[in-house]
Amino acid sequence: MNLVIPEINWSAIGPELTLSITAMVLLLLSVVASPTARRAIPYLSLLGIAFALLLCISLWGKSAYAFNRMVVLDNYALFFKIIFLITTALTVLMSIRYLKEQGYEHGEYYVLILFAAVGMMFMASAADLIIVFLGLETFSLAIYVLAGFFRAQPKSIESSLKYFLLGAFSTGFLLYGIALIYGATGTTNLKGIYEFVSKAPALTDPLLLIGMGLLIVGFGFKVASVPFHMWTPDVYEGAPTSITAFMSVGPKAAGFAAFLRVFLYALSPLQTDWIWILWVLAVLTMTLGNVVAIAQKNIKRMLAYSSIAHAGYILVAMVAADELGTASVLYYMLAYAFMNLGAFGVIILFGRKGEENVNISDYSGMAAKYPLLAAVMAIFMFSLAGIPPTAGFVGKFYIFSAAVKAGYIGLAIIGVLNSALSVYFYLRITVMMYMRSPEKEFAKLEPSPAMVIALIIAVFGTLQIGITPSHYLNLAKQSILALM
Amino acid sequence: MMITDYLPIFIFLVVAVGFALVTIFLSSIIGKRKITPQKMIPYECGMDPIGQARKPFSVKFYIIAMLFIIFDIEAVFLYPWAVIFKELKIFGLVEMAIFIAILLVGFVYVWKKGALEWE
Repeated sequence: MNLVIPEINWSAIGPELTLSITAMVLLLLSVVASPTARRAIPYLSLLGIAFALLLCISLWGKSAYAFNRMVVLDNYALFFKIIFLITTALTVLMSIRYLKEQGYEHGEYYVLILFAAVGMMFMASAADLIIVFLGLETFSLAIYVLAGFFRAQPKSIESSLKYFLLGAFSTGFLLYGIALIYGATGTTNLKGIYEFVSKAPALTDPLLLIGMGLLIVGFGFKVASVPFHMWTPDVYEGAPTSITAFMSVGPKAAGFAAFLRVFLYALSPLQTDWIWILWVLAVLTMTLGNVVAIAQKNIKRMLAYSSIAHAGYILVAMVAADELGTASVLYYMLAYAFMNLGAFGVIILFGRKGEENVNISDYSGMAAKYPLLAAVMAIFMFSLAGIPPTAGFVGKFYIFSAAVKAGYIGLAIIGVLNSALSVYFYLRITVMMYMRSPEKEFAKLEPSPAMVIALIIAVFGTLQIGITPSHYLNLAKQSILALM
Repeated sequence: MMITDYLPIFIFLVVAVGFALVTIFLSSIIGKRKITPQKMIPYECGMDPIGQARKPFSVKFYIIAMLFIIFDIEAVFLYPWAVIFKELKIFGLVEMAIFIAILLVGFVYVWKKGALEWE
């Protein structure tokens, strides 16, 4: 028997390896080390993330396959990896004081976050549907546990169980889709699928089309697009706020990373078949997300519907599918990471044990007492609503102009109308903070240094990306060359 | 492939079914019959089969079951590895050592957490 050992390119998965090893060391530390030494776990995880980030930057521009063409290293994967690492770092910074206040200061929390980040990164660099599935499961399992991390709170448990049951169900769809595509094309390799499909573009193999539809269901669940969004508000509301922040950005970005690679690259010859499905999904997702968000009284639920709406905007860019459209997905995801994490950071800071302050009415009169915090929240709300000079505005501008350029004028008009609608509920919070008198006494806020750093990074990111957008758009354009 | 290739399988099937039938037939004519209540329950060993199905189980069972699955998978993975061990040379040894080390991390964690203690 002649056995060929596949080429193994360790450096291609350097960032993932770094985070995995950090996570395993910290897992051991969380049971072996003394209770005082355990306090270092969040900072050590930040160290691991920083190292992985440096590796990502040093790998920028390289492109390689690794592990028998299972994993690919290109700028596209690296761009998303950097988004995941920023998300993870900000989440860790925001969690340190929050966990202590709530009495859940366990090392496992950070270990699970790191493992989730590893799964997301593998999903972004997947060159094979099997790796897409593995990455998806890796981060999903970690987040199912994290959603129920406040295990004495029934709401947290409920959120975890709902996410687990529905998530497992949707993963079944994805896996079935992968199986059918394998049945139709004889390969799970994305390049192989692309070559097979482009040879027979007029092909209407029902097996392939059904497989494609099931993949849309699977990815649609992870990115919370209508009609696969039902879990979002309940899970976001019940989970620990820091985890809500993490899962409103991380899994969504990971879902889109794989969604784009599979549909804009591997299945791109079938564009005429899937584009109208995404068109309908985009319209439904934007409209439902924005309309229902108006009626919310709980700010976490409101941001849950807002995250659904943002998934809709990104789907608009996917429908446009040209260079600007694809690049604007990456740009928007980066902007969304900063502004959404920042908004959740303010919510974490504003709440405390036993008094979560998650009702929108709790924010009335906040500006009089905490002018700086209110200003920071206002920046994030402006950015989410898409008001210049923030990152959210430029992101939406790119998305809608890409849709117009690609000829989807109707879609762009619906998007702009939705964006106008969303201004109402984002600005309502600003109005509450600045123009209402307080409904109750505010307790004294003691922001931890880590939280202050996280909010500064988020504000800086939101403004920086919005004020000098062309630099980041160029980076995004460099990144998508691998897909074109 | 010819249908005759399946002949050994067919013979095996006949022998297997025949053996079972012959044993049951023989024991029914030779064996003594003495029915006790113990013998009439569906499973002679183990739990009482009659009672509430919704009894709470100790969560320890699940942890042990999960641990079992992990090491079961490890054993399954070791088999094909052992078959081609010579071709893999030192590379295979290192790879398997890394794999087992990762499992070991989880095992140490579980052990230290006290999941294996049944106070």
